[in-house]
Amino acid sequence: MSTNPPKLADLQLEYEQAPSLLKGDSPGKEWLDIPVVFRDGNWCHAAKPNVIEDLGFNNPRKWSPADEDWKLEEGWQKIVKDGMKERLDKFRSFKLFMDICVRCGACSDKCHFFLGSGDPKNMPVVRAELMRSVYRHEFTWSGKLFKGLVGARPLSEEVLKEWFMYFHQCTECRRCSVFCPFGIDTAEVTLMGRELLNLAGTNINWISEPASNCNRTGNHLGIEPHTFKNVVESLAEDIEDQTGITVNPTFNRKGAEILFITPSGDVFGDPGIYTMMGYLMLFEHIGLDYTLSTYASEGGNFGLFTSNQSMKKINAKMFHEAERLGVKWILGGECGHMWRVVHQYMDTMNGPADFLEEPVSPITGTKFRNATSTKMVHIAEFTADLIHQDKLKLDPRRNDHLKTTFHDSCNIARGMGMLEEPRYVLRNVCNSFNEMPEHTIREETFCCGSGSGLNTDEYMDIRMRGGFPRASAVKHVKDKYDVNALVAICAIDRASLPPLMNYWNPGVSVYGLHELVGNALVMEGENERTEDLREDEMVDFEPESAAREEDE
Amino acid sequence: MKLIYPLLAILLLALVAYFGAAAGLEYLFGVIIPYISIVLFLGGFSWKIYDWVKSPVPFRIPTTCGQAKSLEWIKRDELESPSGFWGVFGRMSLEVLFFRSLFRNTKAELAPGPSLAYASSKWLWMAGLLFHWSLLVIVLRHYRFFLASVPGFVELLESVDGFLQITLPTLYITDLLLVIAVTFLLIRRLASAQMRIISLSTDYFPLLLILAIALSGISMRYLDKVDVVEIKILVQGLVSFQFDAPGKIGGMFYVHLFLVCVLASYFPFSKLMHMGGIFLSPTRNLANNSREKRHINPWNPEVKFRTYAEYEDEFREKMVKADLPTEVPLPEEKE
Repeated sequence: MSTNPPKLADLQLEYEQAPSLLKGDSPGKEWLDIPVVFRDGNWCHAAKPNVIEDLGFNNPRKWSPADEDWKLEEGWQKIVKDGMKERLDKFRSFKLFMDICVRCGACSDKCHFFLGSGDPKNMPVVRAELMRSVYRHEFTWSGKLFKGLVGARPLSEEVLKEWFMYFHQCTECRRCSVFCPFGIDTAEVTLMGRELLNLAGTNINWISEPASNCNRTGNHLGIEPHTFKNVVESLAEDIEDQTGITVNPTFNRKGAEILFITPSGDVFGDPGIYTMMGYLMLFEHIGLDYTLSTYASEGGNFGLFTSNQSMKKINAKMFHEAERLGVKWILGGECGHMWRVVHQYMDTMNGPADFLEEPVSPITGTKFRNATSTKMVHIAEFTADLIHQDKLKLDPRRNDHLKTTFHDSCNIARGMGMLEEPRYVLRNVCNSFNEMPEHTIREETFCCGSGSGLNTDEYMDIRMRGGFPRASAVKHVKDKYDVNALVAICAIDRASLPPLMNYWNPGVSVYGLHELVGNALVMEGENERTEDLREDEMVDFEPESAAREEDE
Repeated sequence: MKLIYPLLAILLLALVAYFGAAAGLEYLFGVIIPYISIVLFLGGFSWKIYDWVKSPVPFRIPTTCGQAKSLEWIKRDELESPSGFWGVFGRMSLEVLFFRSLFRNTKAELAPGPSLAYASSKWLWMAGLLFHWSLLVIVLRHYRFFLASVPGFVELLESVDGFLQITLPTLYITDLLLVIAVTFLLIRRLASAQMRIISLSTDYFPLLLILAIALSGISMRYLDKVDVVEIKILVQGLVSFQFDAPGKIGGMFYVHLFLVCVLASYFPFSKLMHMGGIFLSPTRNLANNSREKRHINPWNPEVKFRTYAEYEDEFREKMVKADLPTEVPLPEEKE
């Protein structure tokens, strides 16, 4: 292995000794004069030509960000400028955020990438200035007149490279927008930046290929229907082996009451599969009339990281499939950006879903009044209601081998405002739960460092730096409360936090919320449970019952 | 450089006004330029707002900073994650009047370990709040010049503002606070490496300009005294659209007035438009109810997606083999 990611000791030394803007050391020049250098570990592979063709984007070709020549097509500047004009006219957020920043600096040390790198261009204000400087030059008279004096600069290949680098060092987590006195949301700027990068034919494969796959097969990984079914059935077999309970998930079944959609990472990725097992057990336990779909087999939506049109296209399958199957409403699994799309975009883009009914829990009769139009309910809302109405038989001692803390996913916290539901579920399925320090949780939560489609291996250097603020907060509770389980309700978290923990906090494993629900569920007719869904020993479980006998 | 140019520009502007008025151009500086600047201010401000408003808000994208409306037994935070009009009204009021988001500010510190620590940091919030509120009170106090009889609220403001009753004429606290706050905000930009690197000349210019306006105003009151009666006659002439030549007032007044005109003319074309923009910010002024009430995107594009039928056409054989239901049966195999 080369330097990607750097050895932990080297990075620790760098943090402690190297001068950094975060520590107040000046880089000695203006950010405009700091060149963009692509090195091992700080760029993602370019999208493959066939993927670009498949998505209908510009200039499919073989190239690499590390190349001197990016083989941009003739006239790319005009394409980008026209694209910018179009988006300024379509998105008030974009136009407003180009104009009203006062550079007060409140956001400057709020970004996990800045905290992990000290790179001036990772301060949210500068990230937006990368775009604003061009905006001023092209669209304001003061910029045209006074140029550099008012912070304007023309669009050049160097600027495009800078955009490519820094709009892929933003995970659209929106933490900066919590602190901005005007609510300027860098995610909006990055979304536009990435749309423009796509217009220029400078896409990254880790985002484009899943988007393309999702369109064809229904999920990011390109899994075809028969394989999807096989894998879920093999998880059902695992459940049977461990618990003695038979679960019978159905697929593409017309007339089911509820369509369940979750990120494909839960079906195919470790440790997401244990969360999937948790869902299946829960549904069996309450006798839910639900079906899975092989066509709408992806909750996630990498279109969000590509362009609003791709987002809409990928998202359209959910309602389309719900209508075809004739279900009453849709239940959605644990995922971050999926829920940003479902909560804030789906009804606008692909609604109204007149063919569905206002969601009511068939078990408790609770009406989900906050979802009456979109008709899609989050599993944490659904389960919190079940627990509150005492419909689940739970033994939290079965999670006593886990000392947990909870990681709020960016999109769930800042794009949905769902903070209490998962905590309520967690407190009811385990006995040890300690919060990370304030300013690192809830609406101020830190990104895993790999969100928005950046969780690719060649990017480990940046990911381990960007994830440092999250890891540092976990280390705090690990040292203080012996936390060994980081619980998250996001599929990208479940994929990207394990390497982050291995790097910064070995000994901390990553769990989905419903995996812990699955561990704690006391199901009728089950075998004696001595192992959790990962086949790890449930410590203290038998001894405790033995201890009780001794007491008696 | 980013500081020097604006500083020189303001000095130059002040000198132009001072010597211009002294050289007999009182009419230009006292009547013509004020009219031009007011037209630029009002016209520019309205144009900018129109320019923003004509771009639609395609998606409902509030940044939620608290628990959303959910199950009935979960306590929700209407001000941080509003579910309807009144919540949004409250949230916006807190932002505009008390700078709620800035109040959250923290300062991150990288400690050995390495580990990160966050301390609450309210200096920017405090200075910002003092600066803006003082400026508002000062602007309102100037109403005394606009109307023949001084309105009651202005007299009230003046008496509260001058309650210390030290110096003669009475010291206004807001004058003092404004100068202190602006100076703090300036020093803050210069003192930290992070602030230096993000600051543009267009960040120093308005701060310096406002400071110069305040100082010229204060000096008129305490040092280089001017004829207040003549000023009132001039200003009342201006607000009643008269073009009478001003009387003998004093050079410092023209510096003050000209810099105010510069500020007003510069305002709509600069970051100072955050004053209007904050009301339009979609991450703050929208309710977090997008699953409950459909938000309409006026340009919602027609996007062709892959339908289930197309999907089944590609995978039908595999689906049938895997016992997955299909809409269309496989064609019968013919011998």
